[in-house]
Amino acid sequence: MNILYDEAVDGALGKVDARDLFAELRAAMPDLQILHREEDLHPYECDGLSAYRTMPLLVVLPERIEQVEAILRICHARRVPVVARGAGTGLSGGALPLAQGVLLVMARFNRILEVNPRARFARVQPGVRNLAISQAAAPHGLYYAPDPSSQIACSIGGNVAENAGGVHCLKYGLTVHNVIGIEILTMEGERLKLGADALDSPGFDLLALFMGSEGMLGIVTEVTVKLLPKPRVARVLMASFDSVDSAGRAVADIIGEGIIPGGLEMMDKLAIQAAEDFIHAGYPVEAEAILLCELDGVEADVAEDIERVRAVLGRAGATAVSLARDEAERVRFWAGRKNAFPAVGRMSPDYYCMDGTIPRKHLPTVLRGTAALSERYGLRVANVFHAGDGNMHPLILFDANQPGELERAEELGGRILELCVAVGGTITGEHGVGREKINQMCVQFNADELSFFHAVKAAFDAEGLLNPGKNIPTLRRCAENGRMRVHQGEMPFPDLERF
Amino acid sequence: MSTETRDADRGEELLAQVCTALATGTPLLIQGGGTKAFHGRLGRGALLDTRGHRGIVGYDPTELVVTARAGTLVAELDAVLDASGQMLAFEPAQFGGQATVGGMVAAGLSGPRRPWAGAVRDFVLGCRVISGHGKHLRFGGEVMKNVAGYDVSRLMAGSLGCLGLLTEVSLKVLPKPRSACTLRLDMDVPAALERFTEWGRQPLPITAACHDGDALMLRLEGGEGSVKAAREALGGEQASPAFWTALREFQLGFFAGPAPLWRISVANDSRPLLPDGVQLVDWGGAQRWLKTTAGSEEVRRAAAGAGGHASCFTPGACDSPLHPLPAVLMRYHRQLKAQLDPQGIFNPGRMYAGL
Repeated sequence: MNILYDEAVDGALGKVDARDLFAELRAAMPDLQILHREEDLHPYECDGLSAYRTMPLLVVLPERIEQVEAILRICHARRVPVVARGAGTGLSGGALPLAQGVLLVMARFNRILEVNPRARFARVQPGVRNLAISQAAAPHGLYYAPDPSSQIACSIGGNVAENAGGVHCLKYGLTVHNVIGIEILTMEGERLKLGADALDSPGFDLLALFMGSEGMLGIVTEVTVKLLPKPRVARVLMASFDSVDSAGRAVADIIGEGIIPGGLEMMDKLAIQAAEDFIHAGYPVEAEAILLCELDGVEADVAEDIERVRAVLGRAGATAVSLARDEAERVRFWAGRKNAFPAVGRMSPDYYCMDGTIPRKHLPTVLRGTAALSERYGLRVANVFHAGDGNMHPLILFDANQPGELERAEELGGRILELCVAVGGTITGEHGVGREKINQMCVQFNADELSFFHAVKAAFDAEGLLNPGKNIPTLRRCAENGRMRVHQGEMPFPDLERF
Repeated sequence: MSTETRDADRGEELLAQVCTALATGTPLLIQGGGTKAFHGRLGRGALLDTRGHRGIVGYDPTELVVTARAGTLVAELDAVLDASGQMLAFEPAQFGGQATVGGMVAAGLSGPRRPWAGAVRDFVLGCRVISGHGKHLRFGGEVMKNVAGYDVSRLMAGSLGCLGLLTEVSLKVLPKPRSACTLRLDMDVPAALERFTEWGRQPLPITAACHDGDALMLRLEGGEGSVKAAREALGGEQASPAFWTALREFQLGFFAGPAPLWRISVANDSRPLLPDGVQLVDWGGAQRWLKTTAGSEEVRRAAAGAGGHASCFTPGACDSPLHPLPAVLMRYHRQLKAQLDPQGIFNPGRMYAGL
């Protein structure tokens, strides 16, 4: 089934006359930048998931909240779908435009409104880049913790929409744990303030509900994030293993020892080689797996934890353990990991990144299953993952110019995600469902659960105009797709040990 | 069911009870240990007791996740985690050993460690819930990161049972700190508030900070090295850690006495102009407890003036114990309630009148 919006299964969209809509928007907001010529629309036809492209009807680039409000009111009155976009770095097609919809680009809202070092929060506009917040807080010895790999470019509004993570989630949490308030506009153009400068606010926890809601419930117009004091020191250990199984066991042993590392990452052989070729980080290319374990905090505790982790790694069968001698080496160790995606990109014309998350104890099972699937589909898979929290990023290598390879890669990806669900995991840990994983949602949730999600949506956007076709599939799509979750005893991967 | 003390899966019975309520249009009053009548409005409806549906259904310390049925006692869960050197980092109250896991999540109240570790909702990873459409559903899961679909599990936290019946929750757990120390420092409230903002900007191992009206109480937790270093740097005298349990359980002398108790939630560095009464500052300044006979209007004006909100924790002292919502926000609350509980059977009016 084609991944692009299909009215037959995703729901009918109203017919919109682009000229009429353009004229009304222009009349209401003479200074609003509206893109409508084909050459201007091209850069916006996809987000970070570039395999899927759709030309939007119009692109609007507002600079004031009042403009966003007016755009929403006009679109609501005309029943025009609205797809929000931040920096466009999302990996699941959450900002994939609709041919019959307006693409609302929030990137120009890029002002940091307030950095409050006493109360330790920053109030920013949604287009502010993730890293820019930490840079603005740095003079006060503070920073914003979530650090997705795209942090140089991705916007905080997009981070909220996806509940973005990063390599330090196990200890410092996801976006949901680090945002204390947001302002949003509903599809009807009403302003809501969710959360507060305080640690909680009365009523239902709509702030939590909006985190990761993928632009389906409202448009984020302001974000207040928590700032943390920078840890005094951070040291990183790199351990080599001659099997991914023993590396996986080492991860459980470190946690079992009562240590929560700042970062705990694993890479398999193919990923190690790709990263080493690209970055020359000093990775052991002969190893089957490496673990990067970062310990941060106060000097005395970090020194103590390094020794404890060293001992655990030794017992778990690490073939070598090295401690980054200085900050330069620490940064180099991390550079290999942080550039793993582009590094793999150099080995293959195209790659496709998955985002399943599993209970860590099933890591060996899922890796073996992935290897078997890789062989069956005839496509290489490099494995990079946030081992501490079980979030896997298998990278499927393929060549879109070879007929059928993209389809094979998609199918292989889908099978890996189904394997994650089968061991009690989820199809997406931090990249979001977007359009990419819309079919796998039918595997993870049954019709009643999907109906519950649709009811949540209806409370905020009764007409379904915000980002239609993303995040939650229609029951029709699941039925047509034949992937609706089957009941116990008939689950996929019947050979797997059940949880 | 209330005398039941053995683990049992009563999911089918709870589902049948909800379906009967839906069929007959009978509102339900969901109750676990019945320990939180002070929080929110008085409920009405047919009693639905969750305590028979109890037991820990999954716990693997190396996964940092525990899954328990709603009727499981918080005290029992605490004991099981403690035996493996782990804890619920948000430090929930046990309320005389009667509080249940379902009530803990539905009420959303967190203890002294909240500003540093996070609130109940921050540790909720997944849940099972019986919906207002009479279905037993599962959301989230037992993994640390999960962005498939809307975050229903966290929406349920603090919803006072108004959006569905929680039957099971999965929670992230953390290792207990290797070393801990409680300090008492003599200073007044304004000085303590100033310290809180200074210390908050430094990577100190503080995990609780309270001014009880007499002195500043501080808890340090972490590795031995960091706790020792911070203790030397901060001064003060060593005190009993029992203080934090008493604070968490509302057992300090401060909480006794007839004047209504208010909880005021504000930015940690704010200086709300509170009405006359006695004050206890917790959460490093972000949570203020106030015993006052002042009217609710006056207390709320002070809280709102500092960008926060105020809830009354003395039953019957105030008609709307939870801080009223702005009209637009209330409308979306009603719409959400109408979608998820169309017949209005789950704890109607428990949070706000008409919701």
